[in-house]
Parts: sequence; structure tokens; C-alpha cells
Amino acid sequence: MIYRETGNFVTNYFKDREIFPLKFDKVVVILGLLYLFLYVPTTSEYFLSAHVIPILAVGLATVGLNILTGLTGQLSLGTAGFMCVGAFGTYNLMLRVPDALMSLPFALLLSGIFAGLVGVIFGLPAIRIKGFYLLVSTLAAQYFVWWFFNSYAWFLNYESSGVVAIAPKFYDYWGLGNFLGVDMQGYPARYLLALVICIGLSYFAKNLLRSNTGRNFMSVRDRDIAASVMGISVPKAKLLAFFISCFYCGVAGGIYSFLYIGNVDLMIYEVDRSFTILFMLIIGGLGSISGSWLGAIFVYEFPIIFTWVGDFIFQGAFNTAVVENVSNMVYGVFIIALLIREPGGFAALWATTKQKLRMWPYPH
Amino acid sequence: MDWVYLIEVLVGGLMSGVMYSLVAIGFVLIYKSSGIFNFAQGTMLLFASLTFVKMTENGIDFWTSLFIAAGIMVIFGVVTERYVIRPLANQDLLALFMATVGLATFQEGFSQFIWDSDVHGLQMSKFLDIGLLDPAPIFMSDHVPWLDILIPKFDIFASLVAGSLIVVLAFFFQKTKTGLSLRAVSDDHMAAMAVGIPLQTVWAVVWAVTGIIALVAGLLWAERVSVSFTLIEAVMKALPVILIGGLTSIPGAIVGGLVIGVGEKLGEIYLADVFGGQGIELWFAYFMALMFLVFRPQGMFGEKLIERV
Repeated sequence: MIYRETGNFVTNYFKDREIFPLKFDKVVVILGLLYLFLYVPTTSEYFLSAHVIPILAVGLATVGLNILTGLTGQLSLGTAGFMCVGAFGTYNLMLRVPDALMSLPFALLLSGIFAGLVGVIFGLPAIRIKGFYLLVSTLAAQYFVWWFFNSYAWFLNYESSGVVAIAPKFYDYWGLGNFLGVDMQGYPARYLLALVICIGLSYFAKNLLRSNTGRNFMSVRDRDIAASVMGISVPKAKLLAFFISCFYCGVAGGIYSFLYIGNVDLMIYEVDRSFTILFMLIIGGLGSISGSWLGAIFVYEFPIIFTWVGDFIFQGAFNTAVVENVSNMVYGVFIIALLIREPGGFAALWATTKQKLRMWPYPH
Repeated sequence: MDWVYLIEVLVGGLMSGVMYSLVAIGFVLIYKSSGIFNFAQGTMLLFASLTFVKMTENGIDFWTSLFIAAGIMVIFGVVTERYVIRPLANQDLLALFMATVGLATFQEGFSQFIWDSDVHGLQMSKFLDIGLLDPAPIFMSDHVPWLDILIPKFDIFASLVAGSLIVVLAFFFQKTKTGLSLRAVSDDHMAAMAVGIPLQTVWAVVWAVTGIIALVAGLLWAERVSVSFTLIEAVMKALPVILIGGLTSIPGAIVGGLVIGVGEKLGEIYLADVFGGQGIELWFAYFMALMFLVFRPQGMFGEKLIERV
């Protein structure tokens, strides 16, 4: 009823290749973007700093992992390690390159390239190793990167505590803040930068999915031998997937450290985070960009909302440890239930809903 | 090079390798029979040993607690098979893997919810009067004059337990009817079902057996470290072991464990200086496994896959 496909006639090839071919979709996307760009920055600092910006960071990492695991079928548990490369790379670029040459957005993207190259190095074994055996390579990346930054204090500028706070001058953007009269270190400005990067990279990922390269990735995922018989270079596809995926993770790590918590801390890039991001991917649905974002929102918000609801109902009758344990239990059961009911994750749920909306109110 | 020191390192490495193997065997059993990469192995260790320790702390004697804990692990295994594995049969391997990660999350919360999140020490010598559980180590120089090394008695005990566990498992697999159907299922699901082997029952048995192995491994790990949240990390230690050994091979899990145990110790001693930092055992096991797999992608004893389009 509200979701119609009839009456949308494609009259040229350009229209045939649109991401959102339906008028309804276009209106929703434009309204959504307006909401994100105009309304969300005016909400409270707390909401931005505690909910929106971290979701943008982990969501971007999820999209990155999606390219590697969902699209190319290479299971990875090194996401947090690659995020770590991104965070440390951004920090060192900002610290060591003269201010006149470097600004935060460029540092984020450049460190993403570093992370991508590290990803390619640890992706090399993927040419020979397949399936679960590949876990060993990505886990080696995770642990090695963590150990590397932990052992060589140069990367943290010899900070003995192991955590460096990010200096306010890093948010200078060549004096743009002064010029516009905006506090560039404030959360609205940070949010907008993160949002622009995330939307840009999601758009790129969405197009990658529909491109020749993306189809190559998918054929490698579905049957690598068949793909190579068809003339697709499997090693090239795998390494390219590693590069792009780790690029995303690197940028996400930079955003997480610079735009969210405001310090570079090794402790937040432990292997647990890799698992969290894999959860986001699975719950969101493999191979779907919007699904990755939904999964990221859900997994990030679940413990927060659970604790909040628990506090509201029981008024703090239980201590935090009990709440955390019950939260873990409910979360675990929910994941299993979701996998049983809908292995395709939120993306598949959304597709079913869309189908139902199309038919509504006549289900046949 | 100091040969005596080298021998001490080797022995220590072998002993810690045994501990890794114990966790790895559970992994391999489940992977072999159902193709599931069971990430919940670490939390099973935690759950089993926590259940046991809490019971002994409440004054129940050793053997009763052991049997009750084993019973709980069997029930847990059967329930897992019924409500997690069976509905997910024939799903994508990644979905099954994530389901076990979900199971691990649940179990992590569950075991700390019904018991507690404290660190518990476990000293089996308090319950069992076995000389090998005595905390004093063996001074090898008392027996062999030139061999001036220490061997903790508990490590020998752990190796003996691991050895007998493997013998029991081998007997179970080779000589019993259930073992025969287990082997059939691991060879080919469809063929096994076609000749009338109940797949669900076999999976339930595998999960139950894995639960008992987790109990044994959990107790040995607990005696060495302690019963706490950190036991979950045993699973990360066992990962390179099973990958080196090959996911489908129990001998592989044992040999892989020993290789990783020895390699880790040697790496820490002889390579730490090269890398200019301590703590390389964090990634060295993975690195070894990686190097190994590059040359032999199916692991040491893993089945070589013949792929067709």
C-alpha cells in the first residue's frame, strides 16, 4: 500500500543502475539524510558522544568486515587489530607530520591505507589457507599488532601510562574552526566529520557490491575453484578484499579513537572487540551494508538498554555484576534464537518486511 | 648453549602442551562429528570447573562433586544439542560458529550468575591422597646426577590424566557400537543416516562426551591457574593447536598441543631478544601455526580435501 513498485518505469540505462530505483526509497533516504545532518547534531552532547559517534565507528568497521567476510567469505577475527593500526596510524601522522601538511580527515584516510597494507600482509596466507584455518592468520594479525604497539613505545610517543590523550590542536583542521567560529573539538563537529566519512564509505561499499569487483568477490565466496575456472584471479580478489576491508577498519579505528573517546588506548582494541564486530555483522546479515549498520546499532545499544530497563524495573536491587551476567545470558539466547529463526539476520528480516509492506493489506 | 636448561624448557613446554591438547580434543570431537567450530569450549571449561569447585567449597566430597558436575555437563550437552544444534542443522558453517559464540556468551553469564564471579583456587591434593598431587616438585638431580632440573609433580599427573583420557576415548571410538556410529557420522553424514544411524543421538553423545572432557580439562587448568573468568581464554590457546593438528584429528590435537607448547617456550627464550620485547608468546603460537599452515593448509593430520567444481 505505502510501498509501491508499480508505475516506476525505467527509460534509460542510467536509471536502471540507480541504488534506490523507487521514488518512495528516494524520499526516505533524503529525509533520513536531512535528519542525520540537520537534527542529530543539535541533540545533546551526551547522546552524540555516548551513542551516535561510537555506533558510527563500530558500524564502519562492521561494513569493512562485511566486505571481507560477507562478500568474499574470508572469516576474520582481526578486526580490532586493524582498527588499532588505524588509530595508531592517525595519531602518529598527526603527531609527526608538520601541521601545515596534515589534517585529521587526511590522517584518517591515510592511516586507513596503512591498515589496508597490514591487512594485505596478513591476508597473504589466505591464498593457500581456506575456511576456519584462516582464523589463525587473522588472529595472528590481531595479537601481533596488539603486541607490536604495546612493545614499541615510539608509537605512543613514549607515554608511560600506555594511553595518550589527543591534543586539542589535532582538531584544528588548518584553522577551519576559527574561520567558521565553530568549536571543531565539540561533539557536533566530530559527529559531522564521522558521518560524512561513514556515508561516503558506505556509498562506496554499496557500489562495490554491485560492481564487477564485488561480483568477483562473491564468486570467490561461493566457490573459489569455480571462480578461478571462470578466469577470476582468486588471489587478487582475496587480497583486494583484505585491503578494502582493512582500510575500512583502519578508518573506523581512527574515528573510534579520535572522534569518540579522544585518546589512543590499546586496551580497547583487544580480541573481544573483534568478536563484537563479528556479532554485529552476523546479526545484521552477511553481505548487506544496511544490515551491518542495523547490527551495529543493535549490538551496541543492547547492553545499554538492557541495563537501563533493568535499573528502571528493579531500581538497582541487583548489583552490576548480576545485571551484566543476566545481560550476557539474554544476549546469548537472543543470538541463538535469531540464528535459528532468521540466519540471514536483520537484513533478511527487513527484506521480508518489505515484501509484506508491498503486499499490504492483501497478503496474496 | 646450556643443554640442561634446554631440557628443562623442553619438558616445561611439553607439559603446557598437554594442557592445550586437553582443550583441543573437545574441539576436534565436535568438529569431526558435526562440522561445528565450537567456540563455547572455553566457557564449558569454566562452567564445569566452577560447578565442581563451588560444590566442594560447600562441603560435598570430591567424588560426589565430580559425578554431579559430570552429570550436569552431560545434561548441558544434551540440551545444547536439542535446542541449539538440532534446529541449526544444515545451516551455513559461519552461522553455526556464531551460534556457539552466542552459546559461549550465554554460558559465561549463566555460570557466573548461578555461582559467582570470584577467583577460586583449587587444590586437588586436599581431596585426593595421590603422591603426584604434592605441590613439591621432583628434583631430577636426585635421580640423574647431571640433570639439574625441576619437574612439577602436578604436570606429570596432568599428563597421566590426559594420556588415560586419550586411551579411554580411543577405546570408546574403536571398540563400542556408539563409537562406531560416531566414526561413521564423522566420515559422511548422509551415508551414516542412510544406514540408519540416528544423527541426533550421536550429536548428543558427542556434546555430552565433550562436556566431560571439558570437566577434566577444566579441573587440571584450574589447579594450574585458578577457577575464574580467565579460563575462557584457554580457548584462544587451543585454537592454534587444533589448526596445526588439523581440525579433524585427535592425534593431531595432541601432537599440535605438544608442538605449540614446546615452540612457545623456545620462542620466548631464544627469539624474544630478536623481537626486542617480552610477551611474544601472545602471538608466537599463531605465527607458528600460520607458518605451518602455509606449507600444509589442512594441518598436520587433517584430511586433505579434494575439491571439484
